[in-house]
Amino acid sequence: MKSPETERQVVRFSRLERVLHIIMIVSFISLALTGMTLKFSYTGWANVLSRILGGYESAGYIHRIAAVFMFGIFFTHLYNVLQKKRKDAGSLRAILLGPDTMFPTKQDLKEFIASMKWFLHLGPRPQYGRWTYWEKFDYFAVFWGVLVIGSTGLMLWFPELFTLFMPGWLINVATIIHSDEALLAVGFIFTVHFFNTHLRPEKFPMDLVIFTGRVPLEEFKEERPREYEALKNSGELEKLMADPYPPIVLRAVKVFAWMALSLGFILVVMIIYAMVFAYR
Amino acid sequence: MTKTAHRTSPRSYGGRLATALFLALAMNGIALGQDNTECLSCHEDKSLTTERQGKTVSLFVDQATFAKSTHADLSCVTCHMDLEGKEMPHEVPVAPVQCGTCHTSEEELHKESLHGKAVARGDALAPNCQSCHGSHSIVPVSSTESAVSPLRIPFLCGRCHQEGTRVQREREIPQSRILENYSESIHAEGLLRKGLVVSANCASCHTPHFILPHTDSRSSISRANIAATCTACHAQIEDVHRKVIKGELWEKQEHVLPACVDCHQPHKARKVFYDQGMADKDCLRCHERASIRASDDGRSLAVKADTLAHSRHQKISCSQCHAGVNASRHRPCETIAEKVDCSSCHAEVGQQYLRSMHGKLISNNDPNAPTCKECHGTHEVKGRTDPKSPIFALSIPGLCGKCHQEGKKAAMRYTGSEHEIINHYTESIHGKGLLKSGLTVTATCSDCHPAHNVLPISDPASSVNQENVPATCGRCHHGIQEQFVQSIHSTMMHKTDKKLPVCNDCHSAHTIRRTDIEGFKLDIMTKCGRCHEKIATTYFDTYHGKVSQLGYTKTAKCYDCHGAHDILPVANPKSHLSHDNVVSTCQKCHPGANRRFAGYLTHATHHDPDKYPFLFWTFWGMTGLLIGTFVIGGVHTLLWLPRALQMRRERRRKLEQDNQEPKESE
Repeated sequence: MKSPETERQVVRFSRLERVLHIIMIVSFISLALTGMTLKFSYTGWANVLSRILGGYESAGYIHRIAAVFMFGIFFTHLYNVLQKKRKDAGSLRAILLGPDTMFPTKQDLKEFIASMKWFLHLGPRPQYGRWTYWEKFDYFAVFWGVLVIGSTGLMLWFPELFTLFMPGWLINVATIIHSDEALLAVGFIFTVHFFNTHLRPEKFPMDLVIFTGRVPLEEFKEERPREYEALKNSGELEKLMADPYPPIVLRAVKVFAWMALSLGFILVVMIIYAMVFAYR
Repeated sequence: MTKTAHRTSPRSYGGRLATALFLALAMNGIALGQDNTECLSCHEDKSLTTERQGKTVSLFVDQATFAKSTHADLSCVTCHMDLEGKEMPHEVPVAPVQCGTCHTSEEELHKESLHGKAVARGDALAPNCQSCHGSHSIVPVSSTESAVSPLRIPFLCGRCHQEGTRVQREREIPQSRILENYSESIHAEGLLRKGLVVSANCASCHTPHFILPHTDSRSSISRANIAATCTACHAQIEDVHRKVIKGELWEKQEHVLPACVDCHQPHKARKVFYDQGMADKDCLRCHERASIRASDDGRSLAVKADTLAHSRHQKISCSQCHAGVNASRHRPCETIAEKVDCSSCHAEVGQQYLRSMHGKLISNNDPNAPTCKECHGTHEVKGRTDPKSPIFALSIPGLCGKCHQEGKKAAMRYTGSEHEIINHYTESIHGKGLLKSGLTVTATCSDCHPAHNVLPISDPASSVNQENVPATCGRCHHGIQEQFVQSIHSTMMHKTDKKLPVCNDCHSAHTIRRTDIEGFKLDIMTKCGRCHEKIATTYFDTYHGKVSQLGYTKTAKCYDCHGAHDILPVANPKSHLSHDNVVSTCQKCHPGANRRFAGYLTHATHHDPDKYPFLFWTFWGMTGLLIGTFVIGGVHTLLWLPRALQMRRERRRKLEQDNQEPKESE
C-alpha cells in the first residue's frame, strides 16, 4: 500500500530556505504583535497584549531584535542568491532571467489570464511551473516590505541620528509609512498568503512544504505540471526525490505551524476589531 | 456707660455737707432766735433721760462733741425746728429732726430707697438718717471720726447686715454672710487691711441713700447697671478683659454677656474669682450628680468636674458660658434663658460661623445644622493641638464625616459633584499622609474648608471658589502657587472668558494622588484634554501618546514638555517650548536631540490636510495602497475558492478510489 507517509517526495525548498522561512515566521509574528500593540494602543486588547509582552519597553526590544533577524534573513537570502549564481548558474543573469526566475515573465501574465478563465469556468487549470505568479508576488512583497518598513523603522529607531540630516517632521511621515505598510504586510500575509499557500481547501488543513521542503510526487504532478514535465525531461527529477520526514518531525512542524497560523489569525481578528469597532 | 441710678460717691459727699453748712450759717443770722446755751442748760445734764416706747433714752448732749461736729455753728432749733420760740423747758415729745430740710436730695433718695420705704412702713428695723450718721456728733465724711467714713461703713452696714441680726433673720435679704464675705473680699482687703479708703465699701456699690433691690431696674446693682457701677472704679476693665471678651459687647449685648457679678461674686469678689467663686463649685453642687436630668426632655445635665478641669476652658467659670445666671437665687441657673453663645467670647469666629454654610443653616432653624458643640464638644472642649480633641488634625476627617460621609445627613442634601468624600479623602495623598503616616501637618478638611468659614464653592468668598483655590492650596504649596500665578493658566496672567483651570481641575479635590505615581501621570493627559481637546487627541496619534495610552509613563506626557504649574505659551521666551528652550526640553529624554529633532510633530495628525499636508497625503497614499492590494488579493482569493473546493472534492474522490482498489485486490 502506498500511503503519503511512505511515498517518495519531491524536494522543493533547500534547507536554508526552510530555516529562513521559519525564522521569518518567528520574526514576523514578533514584529507584528509588538508593533500592533502600539498602532492600536487605543484598544483594550493592545493594552493586555502589551502587558503579556512585558510592557512597552520589553515589546520595543522584542520588536528591534526581531527586526534585526528580519534584516538578517533578508541579507542571508541575497547572499544565498549570489552563491547560487557562483555554484549553479554561473551568472547572475541566469538566476534572474532563467526559467525558474522570481521575476515576472510573459508566461506569468499568460498564467494569470488563464487562471482567471479557470476561476470563471472558462478554461482548464493552467499548467503552473516552478513559481506561480502569486508566489512571485508574495516574494517581492517581502522585498518591498523589508525595504519600506525596514528603512522607516530605522528612522524611528534612531531619530536623533536621522534628524542630523532630515527634518523632524519626516519622522512623523516615517511613522505613518512604517505603521500602514506593516498593516498591509500583516493583513496580506495572515489572510491572502495563508489562504494561497496553506489554507486553500485543496491543501486543507495545511501545506507543510515550506517546513519539510517536500511535496508528494502525485501532488507535484498535479499542481505544477509544467515544472514536473521539465524536471522529468531533463532527468533532474530523480535527483530531487527524497524520503519523507518521520512522523515525529511532521508533528512538531504541525504544532509550530498551527501556532504561527493561530497567532496570525488572532491578530487579524484583533486588527479588524480595532479598525471596525474602535477606530479613531 | 449709661447711668440710670442715682448715686452719690463718698468723695462728693463732703462737698454737699459744706454747701449745707453755708446755707445753715446764712439762715443763722436771720433766724437765730434762741441761744444754744439755753438748751444746753438742761441737756448738759448727763442724767437727763426720757421714756420712748418703753425704753429709757438719754437726752444728754455733749457740748464738746457738738462743738466739733459739722453742725457746730447751727443753733439747736435749726434742726429741732418745732422748738423754735417755745418756752423752756419744752414739752415732750419733740418732733423728729427733718434732715431733708437742708439735705433735700439725700432725703428724696432715701425716701425712694429700700430703707426709706421701710421707714415709711413704720418698720422698727428701718434705718433713718441718724441710724447711720448719728445726731449731734456728725463730722465730715472725710474725717476718720465720721460714722460713715469709708473705713467704718462695712461695720456700720454690718450692724444690721451680718449673720444673726434681726434684719438678716426677719427681712428678705437675698445674700447671706454679707459682712463676713465682704471682709474676705479683695475690696475689704484693700480697705481694711491696706487702708485704701478708695477701695469699694458697701456704699460704693449700693449707694449711700438710694439702696434698692437688684431686681429694681433703677438699682445701681441691677443687671443693667452693675457694669456701670463697677466701672466707676474699674474704668479700664474692658481692656484687661480683652482676652475673654470683646469689651464693646458689654454695652451692645449686655443680655448675652455675663455681668461682672456672674464671675465676680458680689461681696466675695477676689482677683482670682474662679478659685473660690460661686461658679464651678456652686454649679457642680447639683450638676455633679450623675442622675441630674433636664425636666423638659430628660437629657442628662450631669457635668464631670474632671472633664472641665482638663478642658481648654478650665479657667472659665460655668456662668461665663451659661450666661444669665442670677447669683442671688437659690438656683442661680433658673434665670438662664439663652443657650450657650460661644461668640460672646469668640466673637470673630462667631461672626464667621454665622456667615458660613453651617451658620446659615442655623439661621434657617435647620435641625441638621452643626453648632459649635457638634465639633468642639461642650465641657470637654480642647484645643486643636490636643490629640484628644475632636478637632485634632487626625480626628477631623472622622468629625466631618459624621455628617459628610455618604448616606449621612449632609451628604444626603448635597447636590454637587463630589461624592464619597471621606472615602476618597482617606485614599488621597492628604488622607494617607494624615491617617497612614500620621502627619498632622497634612491637609485635613478644615485646611481647605476653613472650620468656621465653610462656604459653598459658588460663593466668591469661599476658600474653594475657583478664584481662591490657588491661594488655598498655596497656603501649604506656596512654591507651586508662585509658579502657577505666573503661568498662562493664571487669571492674573491671562484675561479670558474661558474658564481657566485651578489646582483641583487637574489634581481633583478629594482624590488627590501623588504626582509621581503611574495613575496620576496617565490621568493628567485626559485632564488636559478636557480643555485642550484637539491637541490631546492628536497627541495620542504620536508615539508618545500611543505608549502613554498603553498605560506606560516613561514617554513624554503633557507636563514633560509643557511644564506643570509653569505652563507658558510657546511664544513666551520663558516657556519650556520656546525657541531657545525646546531643544533642551527634548534633551531631557533624548540626550542626542538637536534642533531638527525638535521639529518632530508631537501633536501631528494625518487627518488635517491644511496643517499637515505631508502626513495627510502619506496616509491616504498608504491607505490607497492597502485597499488596492487587499481588493486585488481578496478578489483573487474569492474567485479561486470555488475552484479550490472543487479540486479538494476531486482529490478526495480519487483517494477513496485508490484506497478501495487495493482492498478489492487483496
